[in-house]
Amino acid sequence: MSTPQSKAAAAAEIDHAASGKNADKVFKGIAYGCGILILFTLAAVLIFLLIEAWPLFGGDQAAVGDRVQAYSQSTTSNFWVFVGILIFGTVLVSALALIIAFFIALGIALFISHYAPKKLATGLSYVVDLLAAIPSVIYGLWGFLVLVPAIQPVWDWVAKYFYWTYIFSGPVANPARSVATVAIVLAVMILPIITSVSRDIFIQTPRLQQEAALALGATKWEMIKLAVIPFGKSGVISAAMLGLGRALGETMAVKMILDGGYEISVRLLQAHQNQTIAAQIAANYNEATDTTSVAILIGAGLVLFLLTFVVNFFARKITEKANA
Amino acid sequence: MGQRIDVNHLNIYYGDFLAVEDVNLHIEPNKVTAFIGPSGCGKSTVLRTLDRMHEIIPGAHVKGEVLLEGNNLYGKDVDPVSVRRQVGMVFQRPNPFPTMSIRENVLAGVRLNNRKISKSDEDDLVEWALRGANLWQEVKDRLDNPGIGLSGGQQQRLCIARAVAVHPQVLLMDEPCSALDPISTLAVEDLINELKGDYTIVIVTHNMQQAARIADFTGFFNLKAVGQPGHLEYFADTNTMFNNPQNDEAERYISGRFG
Amino acid sequence: MSAATNSSSQIEGAPNIDFSKFETTRSHNAARQRKDRVMTVLIALAFVVALIPLISVLLTTIAGGIKRLNFDFLSHNMQGVFGGKPTPSGGYGGVLHAIIGTLEITGGAMIISIPIGLMCSVYLVEYARGGRLAHTVSLLVDVMSGIPSIVAGLFAYSLFTILGGPGTINGFEGSVALSLLMIPTVVKTSEEMLKIVPNDLREASYALGVTKQRTITKVVLRTALPGIVSGAILAIARVIGETAPLLMTAGFILNTNVNLFNGPMATLPVYVFKEFSDQTVTCPAAAGAGCVEDIPTERAWAAALVLIIIVLVLNLIGRLIEKMFAVKTER
Repeated sequence: MSTPQSKAAAAAEIDHAASGKNADKVFKGIAYGCGILILFTLAAVLIFLLIEAWPLFGGDQAAVGDRVQAYSQSTTSNFWVFVGILIFGTVLVSALALIIAFFIALGIALFISHYAPKKLATGLSYVVDLLAAIPSVIYGLWGFLVLVPAIQPVWDWVAKYFYWTYIFSGPVANPARSVATVAIVLAVMILPIITSVSRDIFIQTPRLQQEAALALGATKWEMIKLAVIPFGKSGVISAAMLGLGRALGETMAVKMILDGGYEISVRLLQAHQNQTIAAQIAANYNEATDTTSVAILIGAGLVLFLLTFVVNFFARKITEKANA
Repeated sequence: MGQRIDVNHLNIYYGDFLAVEDVNLHIEPNKVTAFIGPSGCGKSTVLRTLDRMHEIIPGAHVKGEVLLEGNNLYGKDVDPVSVRRQVGMVFQRPNPFPTMSIRENVLAGVRLNNRKISKSDEDDLVEWALRGANLWQEVKDRLDNPGIGLSGGQQQRLCIARAVAVHPQVLLMDEPCSALDPISTLAVEDLINELKGDYTIVIVTHNMQQAARIADFTGFFNLKAVGQPGHLEYFADTNTMFNNPQNDEAERYISGRFG
Repeated sequence: MSAATNSSSQIEGAPNIDFSKFETTRSHNAARQRKDRVMTVLIALAFVVALIPLISVLLTTIAGGIKRLNFDFLSHNMQGVFGGKPTPSGGYGGVLHAIIGTLEITGGAMIISIPIGLMCSVYLVEYARGGRLAHTVSLLVDVMSGIPSIVAGLFAYSLFTILGGPGTINGFEGSVALSLLMIPTVVKTSEEMLKIVPNDLREASYALGVTKQRTITKVVLRTALPGIVSGAILAIARVIGETAPLLMTAGFILNTNVNLFNGPMATLPVYVFKEFSDQTVTCPAAAGAGCVEDIPTERAWAAALVLIIIVLVLNLIGRLIEKMFAVKTER
């Protein structure tokens, strides 16, 4: 039996359902939109940087040459040579930081995942995360005002006994605002990311495999070599890549500590040897008012973007392959 | 040759929690001894105390003694690592090392003990262990393939080969067939029968028919209530256990009236 | 316990094995034990090594910052501060304008990135479930999380130069730059949280005839809320200390600017950097005893301490929320 009221109620019900359906569509649309927005954002980063860097190619080449000459302290007037020198410096500092941080980070990750009692391990994880929470400008401040004077005698000592290795040849920069010092600060900064990614993968090592190793009479370290490291290998590699990516893009700490130069040099303890892309940009940005200067700095930034893009892309690919 | 195991007044703890109470047990050399009982009664826990695998869980410890040929495994100066070298273990689910080939899996234990082994000795040992595990015919042409490429039953036999390659005196098996299909189960059971000539075998099983088929002695574990410690209720030769048990609880369990 | 006697029964067709060849030696075992101990020590040592810089950074910041960190410092900007001379209020300038700037710019970044990041993770977990587009999006989110902060700054600068003409500098530009850094963090933490919401909940809701949108907003997001909030707070903590992108987008001024959309804005990290760059001021003899030569460095430490406190408190809140509402998952 259908009264007008019940009809109206039914119609309202249908209406309500329809509005629910509309809301459903709108919501789905927004979700998709946000997903796609990520694509557009990255594309936009590339496009806007390209537009601003365009005068490098389409603009006054003589002006570009002059500016590059000034930026590179008369080392070169060619933009690509300039960027090449900066890439060398960036990769050198980052690679050193990675070498220093990598094994320490693995040690900490293993300590948290396999050595420390569970309660302590949670606390230790927080402590390592704290290292990541400290802003880079504070690392820069600390690096310049605390580490640089403190490490001077260490570098003096290293140069005295290892000068023959060439990379440690003197004269040691005084104050020690050298690549070696910066690498240490960067190592501290990338330690947490390498640690936390490695720890997460080590914790997931199947218990059965660890027990298999122990049941064969393996010591704890042998168990780690037999079961944990092989299991976590690709995760660890991708963690290292992520750390490298962070180091490549690090700006303030490098800018505040490094007394840079424009040489293709691996004399780590000397002053005025290398400069990184990020620090170069930060150092010159405020004075860069003309389009040519801006184009050079943004062009360098674009190269840095591509460099970190590639590194992170590979990090991700490695993880993906491991999870497949 | 297998060795005998004597368990005296063994109490097994997880932290403060007493998991298994006062176990007294005598395992004969070169025999198969099966542990049966309802879930949670601690039979796997007891098994894991026989090669000191129990204590790898933080807080886990035991009181009492386990004698392997008269030597207390829990003596003061005994290194658990050396215990595990003498007592092999096979787990519930096959666990070959995923990054290693079949050959490397078999050699994993030996290579820990001795790094100066000639290639030909290694080859002989691999063949011996794989033949011993009834796997040689199936894998002899692909020894360098990864161990996880094998079927579940083959993987479990590979794990047995890996355990026997270090030539232990005792082989512990924690429900080795529970993840296997019936045909693989039969293959593993046959293997256990052959292996007992060389090893003392202790096996935990959920499957009473399996215990009846392969075991010489059977221990029945039970617990009074959930949250109470488990204990060894009854130990007898398998024939007695399944045909004429002198224990009411065991009889009820075996005839399927509980558990 | 002696090693094996080698009298294994003959397995058919198997080579005869002399097990003494595989036996271990006492010295080899000792070496293994030694190595095990050495590695244990090294691994524990790695942790101690990492603690040194952490403790050093925290202690020096506290020691250096405590001297100038007082109410006057927090309630004044840098207007009317000359050299090393004290201001009429008795202080040496402060960070009020920088705190306001940091809060506004980070707030702006939050408003942009939390909705976008959250909806993107909803797309990835609830709608896409492993399509090709989703795969690309999640790959790009990973890539995006590796964008150097200075590149984010360059992007925002370029964007606003093109839209607003050369030399455009304002707080919102900084917000855009920070958003680029924040979105991937928000996406990733929210994604993790949405993934651990049990499927039963979704199915139960669908079974009641509830639409997908309402299921997601009322059931899934509500369940995952604590995790999402804590993820967002940690993301804020990560970007609040960014310096380089703000240096080139929001710029720096000495007085308080509360308008996010117009004119340069001071922020705490940039303030630290600026004061650090000045290092010292000269105190002429006429300046009197109140003149402090090291005042910029001292202000840098004090502002760094304020920044560290903010970051640590944010971290603590994030962790607490995470812990208090943690969904129990089996390991």
